[in-house]
Amino acid sequence: MTGLQRVLVANRGEIAVRVIRACHVAGLEAVAVYSDADEHARWVRMADDAVHIGRSAAQKSYLDSDALLKAARTAEADAVHPGYGFLSENGAFARAIDEAGLVFIGPRPSVLEQMGDKAAARSAATAAGVPVVPGTDPIDNPEDVARLAPEIGFPLLLKASAGGGGRGIRPVRDVDELLEVLPTAQAEARSAFGDPAIYLERAVPQARHVEVQVLADDHGHAVHLFERDCSVQRRRQKLIEEAPAPGLREETRKALASAAVRLAEHVGYRGAGTVEFLVDAEGNFYFIEMNARIQVEHPITEMITGVDLVAEQLSIAAGRPLSLAQESIERRGVAVELRINAEDPERDFAPTPGEISELRLPGGPGVRVDTGITQGDRISPFYDSLITKLICWGDDRDQAYARARQALAEFHVEGVASTTGLHRRLVTDPELTAGPVHSTWLEQRLG
Amino acid sequence: MSTVDAQMPGVFYRRPSPDADPFIEPGSVVQAGQTIGLIEVMKTFNEVKAERDCRVGRILLDDGDEVDVGQTMFEVDEA
Repeated sequence: MTGLQRVLVANRGEIAVRVIRACHVAGLEAVAVYSDADEHARWVRMADDAVHIGRSAAQKSYLDSDALLKAARTAEADAVHPGYGFLSENGAFARAIDEAGLVFIGPRPSVLEQMGDKAAARSAATAAGVPVVPGTDPIDNPEDVARLAPEIGFPLLLKASAGGGGRGIRPVRDVDELLEVLPTAQAEARSAFGDPAIYLERAVPQARHVEVQVLADDHGHAVHLFERDCSVQRRRQKLIEEAPAPGLREETRKALASAAVRLAEHVGYRGAGTVEFLVDAEGNFYFIEMNARIQVEHPITEMITGVDLVAEQLSIAAGRPLSLAQESIERRGVAVELRINAEDPERDFAPTPGEISELRLPGGPGVRVDTGITQGDRISPFYDSLITKLICWGDDRDQAYARARQALAEFHVEGVASTTGLHRRLVTDPELTAGPVHSTWLEQRLG
Repeated sequence: MSTVDAQMPGVFYRRPSPDADPFIEPGSVVQAGQTIGLIEVMKTFNEVKAERDCRVGRILLDDGDEVDVGQTMFEVDEA
């Protein structure tokens, strides 16, 4: 494959802006796509060309594989960048791009499918020597449950096989409680997910969510770019991320990084990806899943390493070997990302679509703003609630959080309720700024 | 006859999940508080409930249609 020239950006919002920037910096043309609702959006104006792909509802535009493929052909693009969310981890979409003779900027379709299947990803991790949370295969009778539970260890989680996104999970303390709730759990799994299968998994108390950024080229080389701590979450939605993870022992940090690289190499990964782990108070860690795409929180890694991850994605997709040797990747300082969402913390984080009548963005040393909107735009009801990401770097945690406080003081959004006030409280919270916190901390804090 | 109008903008769904049966069909008799549709707003699903006992007449939107505030989704008659 010889270099790329024209990239279709098959996404919207801030990540579309981010990818278009990277294309232009690399000397490539970028083609935007847009739905009815996004006709006048920022990324559409930034791109060299733009293609209308359908109705506002994402199913009829950004999730419409055929419409995106047609747009790529119409615009004569030679590659497709899927961003995050939408079709970014859809193996069938990646395969369709391949078969059309275009370059999918991401992993091979088979790897996307493997990482998207919970059980397949787990066994790949085990085969690569990466620890997974001890657990069972799906089981359906009380005898097996009673026999296998002590091997897993209590407390454990009773999980619906077909569940996901935190649903269909019950914590259980001992065998008696397990056998008591089993029939109800199976019935609920059947009615909620259409499948009564359940499995057991060890509970990891006080766990932190730590993830490792990797880059891999098409020639069998993979490197890591250190880790991010994403423990500040509510209902599995991250609100603040930090790199590097605070308070990790150096040996844990190294072991996490090398586990992530082992997995990437084992599955023949290509592109930018993230390997997610649970880390307990003792520094034991367990693989959760691999996100086979660029992530929302990638800028904090860019801030501490100086590596432009999206530029690396483009370079890898063009078939070039990694330009970075592991030894040459260094980190400096601390970066935090604040995800300001159009959600109202006073009303149980209800989404707040509407017009952004005023938007004042912060600046100054170490402060980066990634957003897909400009003043006067509408936060549409059809997509996610992200207004902007404020990314703040400092020499150390104190300076990074001080800059985060200043950035939030300068930031102002009017027209919709947002999480700005909550973020202001969080960056002054003594427990968070002392760190580290575990992944149920925020929910307990909110009460 | 009266109407059930959207209280929020988003995407309208007639069924709880893509392969499930619709909550109701034209002619269904529903009770106050019963869920008759969903509106997805920024990935959050909000239930549309019947305000009173009624019989469903026309359903003006298809599964996955965009809906705006004040737009009529259902026509209903006293049960």
